[in-house]
Amino acid sequence: MDSIIQSALIILCLPLVSYLITFFFGERLPRRGDFVGVALMGVALLLSLRIFAHFWGVNDPTHQIEQSWNWIVIGEFRADAGILVDGMTAIMLVVVNLVSFLVHVFSTTYMAGDRRYSRYFAFLGWFTFSMLGIVLSNSIFFLYIFWELVGVASYVLIGFFFHKNSAADANKKAFLTNRVGDFGFWMGILLFFTALGSFNYNDLFAGVAAGQISGTTLSWAGVALFMGCVGKSAQVPLHIWLPDAMEGPTPVSALIHAATMVAAGVYMTARLFPLFDPNALMFIAYTGGVTAIFAATIAIVQTDIKKGLAYSTISQLGYMVMAVGAGGVMAGMFHLTTHAFFKACLFLGSGSVIHAMHHHQEMGVMGGLRHKMPITFATFLIATIAISGVPPFAGFWSKDAVLAQALYYGMTNPGHYLPFIMALLAATITAFYMFRIVLLTFAGKPRDQKLHDHAHEGGFALTMPLIVLATLAVVSGGFHGFGLDLTWFDRFVADPASEEHAVAPVNDDGLFALVPSAHAQDHGDDTHGDDAAHSGDGHGEVAHGDDHSDAGHGGHDLHHVAHERAMYLSLLAAGLGIFLSFMTYYWKRISSARVLAALPGVHRVLSNKYYVDEAYRDTVVAGLLNVNNLFATFDKVVVDGIVNGVGSVTKGFAWISGNIDRYFVDGLVNATGELMRAFGGVVSSVQSGRIQTYFLGLVSGLVVLVIVYRVAWPS
Amino acid sequence: MLALESGGGSSLLTWMTFLPLVGAIVITLLPGKARELHRTVALVTAAGPLVLAVKLFTSFDRGTADIQLWQQVAWIPSFNIQYFVGVDGISVTMILLTAFLSFLCIVASWNIDKHTKGYFALFLLLETGMMGVFIALDFFLFYVFWEIMLLPMYFLIGVWGGPRREYAAIKFFLYTLAGSVLMLLAMIALYLNVQDPATGGHTFNMLHMMNQANHGSWLLNPDIRHVLFLGLFIGFAIKVPIFPFHTWLPDAHVEAPTAVSVILAGVLLKMGTYGILRICYPMLPDAAAWFSYPLAILGAINIIYGACCAMAQTDMKKLVAYSSVSHMGYVLLGLAVFNEAGMTGAVLQMFNHGTITAMMFLMVGVIYDRAHHREINGFGGLGMVMPRYTSMFSLALFAALGLPGLSGFVGEALVFVGAFEVYRTVTIISGLGIIIGAAYVLWMLQRVFLGPLNEKYTELPEITTRELVSVVPIAVLVILFGVYPPPLINMIKQSLLHLIAQIPA
Repeated sequence: MDSIIQSALIILCLPLVSYLITFFFGERLPRRGDFVGVALMGVALLLSLRIFAHFWGVNDPTHQIEQSWNWIVIGEFRADAGILVDGMTAIMLVVVNLVSFLVHVFSTTYMAGDRRYSRYFAFLGWFTFSMLGIVLSNSIFFLYIFWELVGVASYVLIGFFFHKNSAADANKKAFLTNRVGDFGFWMGILLFFTALGSFNYNDLFAGVAAGQISGTTLSWAGVALFMGCVGKSAQVPLHIWLPDAMEGPTPVSALIHAATMVAAGVYMTARLFPLFDPNALMFIAYTGGVTAIFAATIAIVQTDIKKGLAYSTISQLGYMVMAVGAGGVMAGMFHLTTHAFFKACLFLGSGSVIHAMHHHQEMGVMGGLRHKMPITFATFLIATIAISGVPPFAGFWSKDAVLAQALYYGMTNPGHYLPFIMALLAATITAFYMFRIVLLTFAGKPRDQKLHDHAHEGGFALTMPLIVLATLAVVSGGFHGFGLDLTWFDRFVADPASEEHAVAPVNDDGLFALVPSAHAQDHGDDTHGDDAAHSGDGHGEVAHGDDHSDAGHGGHDLHHVAHERAMYLSLLAAGLGIFLSFMTYYWKRISSARVLAALPGVHRVLSNKYYVDEAYRDTVVAGLLNVNNLFATFDKVVVDGIVNGVGSVTKGFAWISGNIDRYFVDGLVNATGELMRAFGGVVSSVQSGRIQTYFLGLVSGLVVLVIVYRVAWPS
Repeated sequence: MLALESGGGSSLLTWMTFLPLVGAIVITLLPGKARELHRTVALVTAAGPLVLAVKLFTSFDRGTADIQLWQQVAWIPSFNIQYFVGVDGISVTMILLTAFLSFLCIVASWNIDKHTKGYFALFLLLETGMMGVFIALDFFLFYVFWEIMLLPMYFLIGVWGGPRREYAAIKFFLYTLAGSVLMLLAMIALYLNVQDPATGGHTFNMLHMMNQANHGSWLLNPDIRHVLFLGLFIGFAIKVPIFPFHTWLPDAHVEAPTAVSVILAGVLLKMGTYGILRICYPMLPDAAAWFSYPLAILGAINIIYGACCAMAQTDMKKLVAYSSVSHMGYVLLGLAVFNEAGMTGAVLQMFNHGTITAMMFLMVGVIYDRAHHREINGFGGLGMVMPRYTSMFSLALFAALGLPGLSGFVGEALVFVGAFEVYRTVTIISGLGIIIGAAYVLWMLQRVFLGPLNEKYTELPEITTRELVSVVPIAVLVILFGVYPPPLINMIKQSLLHLIAQIPA
């Protein structure tokens, strides 16, 4: 077995082992078993870094190492279990294991004293295991399996404080909303499997490239598959569960509902990118764009620090999804990575604040905490600068890549600038609401002096993860010269070569007057990993060539132009947002109260989150409950009514015939009559003596029937 | 047509089937007050078939579709009725399920105090009947076992059941009797029109009936075959139960004592689909193909209708009962499509639904013994006082909603894969079942275990060791076959491939 595969398997198993030990023996171990998870996750992190280093050295995004094992084989049908490791996997392994490790450490203090402390660590292990399964799978079948398993981890952790009704509502809502997305996901999987006969990624890519599935079927299959992402990554209109998921412990929000699990949808879309045709991709790009701005606007009016961050997460996930939809697998994954670091930092920072504020999370009681909690403040501020897109922080580079991709999409698909515009607006709003949170929490005067007096910085277990993540929020974007297209990320992930993003001719409007292109040429014919059992080719080599034989260079230029423009615009957006935020919440030149008073309708709509929850409650949920009651009543009244009716009629008939043929009845009629009378409740006690009667009746009736048949039907 | 494995001739199946009967007789000879003795004898005699079933499961030759361990003895020569038994992969799977659940049910029945003598004797008689159905290869013998099983079930519900036990017992009895009559008529028609190739006379031999070459000219008329198929099918459909023949199930479950519910849902329902696989399909394969689409639609109706009805229930047992209607719909959907994935999924689902639903009924029984009611809305927050019980019940519930990694998923997923190829629209509609299924399960979970603790139940005792003993082995199987289903799949594979080959496209 390849040593990388071996490491990957060990990484996968470590959190599972942590789960089993902590779940079954945690309470009996010293420190209630928390060190098990911390230690095992530390090992997993080291192994992940080893794989990361390997792929850094390989420097080839198409390099894959894959191994499969038989799982279910029935005739023609087979579903294999398998592991696929490539650059994208390596990145995800580090992200998941690093954040998981830090959250484990953070939780040792944050959750200390909880009565279900061991359980908590067990569930963290379970989550990490399932999440790594998503990352490592090489088939959509196993992707789906682990996809559901993270859902359960999310369920139990959102509902960790299940004695609260709000938590019990939230975890059910999360699971069911995700199930709706998973329904689509599963149907997409079935569509692809039915058409292509395999669950394996590379087989599917080859099948799609060979045109074995095409036209509207391919579009629908892609959209269906993407439904899984809409659920898991909380895209509009299935975003409703994520804000409620903040009922879970805050470190869980950081790990699951900010950094990793919710990004699984983005990972899936990026991983399965070759399965989406231009129509599906356009749908994806728009969904992401709409989500980005939709959630950002709601974030402005949140007063709960975690809720504000939750809507920010939805919005940022929208960015990633939009990037992938616009053809930017690299950009989407890049933003996923940097976002994991700075958003985990923000959530853990908010956890540190909430811990200090005795579990108050309303920003209304905070303020002025920067002196009390300097480390939390500094790291939170760094992460905020990163998410706002200020250079040279990590978020700037990745957001720039995303925006550039969106702009490029607009340039190559005329008329489709909307995702870019939405994303740009969202960038401004992001900078605004993020600084609003920082200023309301850490700046100004304390609004609750009593709470404030007790607040203090947590210990090493709370601050160390913050410092690590804040450092990554600065450096994980890499440092580049302005205008340089390549990032360190290109070593790991490349945009899959595909013709569709360039087939639409560019309308030469003077502004973006450049040659239409197939940027595909840049990557399409790279060599594939020697170890790969299935080669990832197929896509990319089909439609390019003659038409665009000299267009590769032009595509590069177009990318370059898009990058440059996007960069200036995003700098402008971030600056504007930050400026407005300071004007409102620091210098107080703009009165938020007056702005809101001037726009009462807007405020009401935003505070009510555009009434999406209410709309679902009144339509889908109410509808289902009505159908349930309708069916249940139908069952009782109609179906059972017929049964009982038949029973009474037969009873009457049996009574008549019983009287007429009293002395001629045979065993069968006798027994039936008895039964019918009993059915009406005549027989009130059952004696064991009846067994023989019934049995005799049955057997003799049977014999009679046989004889009747022989006579009536000779031969 | 199935062939007999050469060599054959083994009394293992006979031992396995009649050991419980021997136990039942022994119990009836014991004094009525000796409750502990009744229980012990029952436990020991139920252990016998379990050991033999495990031996059978491990030693069975998975490489062939031939009938194994067969035994053939003349019984009523004048009608050419034989004591003819044997097993293929499908029956072995069902036998393991039967022996396993029967044994655990004896453990779960330990707290029965009313007429223990009758209870355990009837329970063992029931086991003999169930085993017999799964090993019989002579249609008459099959029918006799089928009816034998009916009687103890009737009394177990009617005597040891809840307040409306008599209504439920009679309803169950009449429903199934109606099914039996249809089966009986079809059986006699087959008997009269299938020739024994050796003697040229009539035969109840199921293997002869499966061989189309033995079918007489009357039986070759497609209309006749469709009618016969329908008769047999309805007979079995009542047992499954398939809409609209399902209303006996909720009543029977609600009134039946816990262990009887377990057997009812765990094994008896499977007899319906087993009958379809063993009798309807191989004997009338062309009719099966002809009815394929309606069967798929019925499957979809069961899935959605059952799930919706389950969600409307406020009694835990009724909810679980309707969930069985829904889950058996997956079996039917898989059986309707005659491909490898669909059929395998269906049989896996038969086994896995047996274990999962058994677990759920046992868990409902545990809480009923403590709180003496099953109103879902009458609980709340039990997770605080009974964490172990909550974990166990949650495991069963998540298995029921088809969570991957637990056995319910594998069957369901394979059914979807198989059915999607053939009937896309019906499958997509059925797919909504995974949403509604999650909805009723999680809603119940929330109302019973989550939220603030109901004041009345702050002192509820945690699940006992005996109760755990009755349910942990099932949990182990649910996880084992969820993570690694090949032992089950390989067991049924050859039989199913053979059966699929019989059915015209």
